Amino acid sequence: MRDLSSGPGRLLVFVYGVFAVAATGRSLVQLGTDAGRAPLAYSLSLLAAVIYLVATTCLLLGGPLAWRVAVAACSVELAGVIVVGVLSYVVTGWFPDKTVWSHFGQGYGFLPLVLPFAGLAWLRRTRPGAERG
Amino acid sequence: MGAVLVLALVTLVAIGVLLVRNEPAGDPMFVLLAVVEVVLLVQLVVGVVLLSSTDRDVSGVLFVSYLVGVVLALPIGAFWSLAERSRAGTAVLGAAVFTAVALELRLWAIWGGAGA
Repeated sequence: MRDLSSGPGRLLVFVYGVFAVAATGRSLVQLGTDAGRAPLAYSLSLLAAVIYLVATTCLLLGGPLAWRVAVAACSVELAGVIVVGVLSYVVTGWFPDKTVWSHFGQGYGFLPLVLPFAGLAWLRRTRPGAERG
Repeated sequence: MGAVLVLALVTLVAIGVLLVRNEPAGDPMFVLLAVVEVVLLVQLVVGVVLLSSTDRDVSGVLFVSYLVGVVLALPIGAFWSLAERSRAGTAVLGAAVFTAVALELRLWAIWGGAGA
C-alpha cells in the first residue's frame, strides 16, 4: 500500500490542511463573535472544519484504519457539500450568512465541491491491497 | 498591497511553467518565493501599523489573523514540498502561492470593511 501522503497525496494533504485551518478559523470567529446570527450555518462551518481536520490527519497517518476513516470523512464531506449546497439555494432563509459548504463552496472557488472527489479518487488508488497507485 | 498580489501572481505563473515542463522547483524558484515572503513580512508590519492608525471600521482581530496567515502559507508549503521533489511537490508550492493570493484578496476585503 502506498503512503497516503506521498506523490499526489502530498498536494491533497496540503489543500486539506489549508481548508482545515480556514474552516476552523472561520467557524470559531463566526461562533465567537456572532453565534446568534446564523446558528445553523455556523455549526455547519464547524462540522466542515472537523471533517477537514479528520481527513487531513488520516491522510498524514496512513495505514488501513486511517484509510477507512478517510473514506468515511470524504464521503460525509461530499454528502455535506451537496446537501448544504442544494439547501442554500432552495431554503435561503436557513443561511443568512455563508459557510464553507453553502452554494457548493462558491466563496472558495468551488474547491470544497472538487476536494471530496479528488480525495475519494486518491483513496481508491491507494486502497489497502492495491498493488500500485 | 497591490505589489504583493502582482508578485504572487508572477510566482504562480512561474510555478505553472515548471509544472507544464515537468521540472522540479530549483533554487531560482525558492529565491523568488523568499522574495515574496519578505514582501509579505513587510506587509505584516505595515498592515499592523496602518491598522493602529486608521479610523476605518476594520475588524482588527480578523485583519491581523489574515496578515499572519498569509505570511505562514509559503513557508509551510515550501517545507511540505521539500520531501517530494517531484511534480507533486511543485504543485504543493503552487497551492501555497494560490492560498497566499486568496488570503491576500480576503485581506483587502476585510480592510474594506467585510466581516468573517
